[in-house]
Amino acid sequence: MDFINDIPWLLIAASVAKTLFLIFLIVLPIVSYTVYAERRVSALIQDRLGPNRTGFPTSLLGFHKDLQLFLGGLGQPVADAVKFLLKEEFTPGHVNKFYFWLAPVLAMVPALSTLAVLPFGNYMFGQKMVVADVNVGILYVFAIASIGVYGIVLAGWSSNSKYPFLGGIRATSQMISYELSLGLSAVPVLMIIGNLNLSDAIQYQIDNGWLLLPFTDGKLTLRELLLWIPVGISFIVFTISMFAETNRLPFDLPESETELVAGYHTEYSSMKFALFFLGEYAAMIAGSSVIVVLFLGGWHLPFLPINTLESSTTPAGMALGLIHISVFFAKVIALLIFFIWVRWTLPRFRFDQLMKLGWLYLFEIALVNIFITAAILALVK
Amino acid sequence: MSPILFWLFTALMLAFGVSVILNRNPVASALSLVASFLCLSALFVGLDAFFIGVIQVLVYAGAVMVLFLFIIMLLDLRAEHRRHFNRLVLVGGSLVSAGFVIALLQVLSVFPAGAKPFPALGVARLDDVRQVGITLFTRFNLPFQTVGVLILVAAVGVIVLSRRELK
Repeated sequence: MDFINDIPWLLIAASVAKTLFLIFLIVLPIVSYTVYAERRVSALIQDRLGPNRTGFPTSLLGFHKDLQLFLGGLGQPVADAVKFLLKEEFTPGHVNKFYFWLAPVLAMVPALSTLAVLPFGNYMFGQKMVVADVNVGILYVFAIASIGVYGIVLAGWSSNSKYPFLGGIRATSQMISYELSLGLSAVPVLMIIGNLNLSDAIQYQIDNGWLLLPFTDGKLTLRELLLWIPVGISFIVFTISMFAETNRLPFDLPESETELVAGYHTEYSSMKFALFFLGEYAAMIAGSSVIVVLFLGGWHLPFLPINTLESSTTPAGMALGLIHISVFFAKVIALLIFFIWVRWTLPRFRFDQLMKLGWLYLFEIALVNIFITAAILALVK
Repeated sequence: MSPILFWLFTALMLAFGVSVILNRNPVASALSLVASFLCLSALFVGLDAFFIGVIQVLVYAGAVMVLFLFIIMLLDLRAEHRRHFNRLVLVGGSLVSAGFVIALLQVLSVFPAGAKPFPALGVARLDDVRQVGITLFTRFNLPFQTVGVLILVAAVGVIVLSRRELK
């Protein structure tokens, strides 16, 4: 199906189809089930059961009992969504209306836009499974992620009350601070790969082994062994910064309940609150996807054959393409579970500790790490 | 780049630019500037200059304007609302911008190559990041390093000045 790339309207249609597939069939379901997983994993850690019995509410229709299927709690996200849509949409009188409405949108849109450059699979139907295969991939992710702070700032400011305002201020300073270590910790990876394009990053890892697990191509050279040190450091710094960027515990100070009620979304209700909530989880998915692409080989599994552009229209190639996509999102989901696990294991930082960690440790470590990588790359061929 | 997209983003960019100076609310002005930057980066992307387009968003929209907004939020906005247009400033500003437009027209009149569009680059994927890097670190190495030192001096100066004020 090479002709698709020659006709502009078909190219646009293919991109739209990929976007819709990615957002509505993959990411949003993962978002809602991550919320469910969050509740079940937290229950597991705290020795509770969590939401495990959501059924059809037939008791509303006059029956004696709700209809319980073998779903367990898997209907919970659906019930949550219905609840969010049906709840009263309340806008307090003291808010700045226009920005109050704009803020949830600005929280959700950048989180989903980052997904545009992420290669989430190899080939399907003669199409590369990435919406926009641009040569500045990782910079685009950082740029759009840095736009995401506006949603939180505006929510805090337009709510016109003190707890959201403090939450907004905290979020801004936290996100600006950790953006630096996030960007700097990705630099060693880009130096090793020698390219900013994310598809090329995956291709490099197919040829030379995943960056974090360099033995996945079956051999381990001295260079790979030495580069393991800076890559490991940059993986740790990147992951910690990602926790801070997505406002997750142990760094969820913008919304810490004990001090700020709920932080920047205190005044929000119903679906507008849900947009902040979903935006946070979508940002988590985007962040995990970047980690998967940069460090964990993207959609690649060592023993799995790789389909090509030509074979991707045949049944076998399409099955392989689907497996590639599943592998990518399986890795993402594993990281999301890790995110949740950390949230329910570590206590929250104090704000000065958070700033100290970002500016005095992670920033310097990331900076030194670049020099270590450069030295290894220059000295060991 | 499709002419429709070009005109769309140009019109949006200019509209947001005008709204930066017409808005009385500083937060609205700052956000209009952000929107204007985003449209400008869309124009860069339309010219296949992805790197400059993304840097425009990353540096100006994502970092500089967030800091601006951060400071504006701490101000008393009602004081800004009470301020009225100063007629003298209005006249002076119009004169300066008229002078700038005349100078621009003069430059354009002696530069005929700017009147017709340049041919398309004809490459599928321009490795502009590599080109910028190589040019910066070979041909412009000394100016690049000097700018780095200059920015460091400016940063140290700002810290020294702001600390003195605290005492």
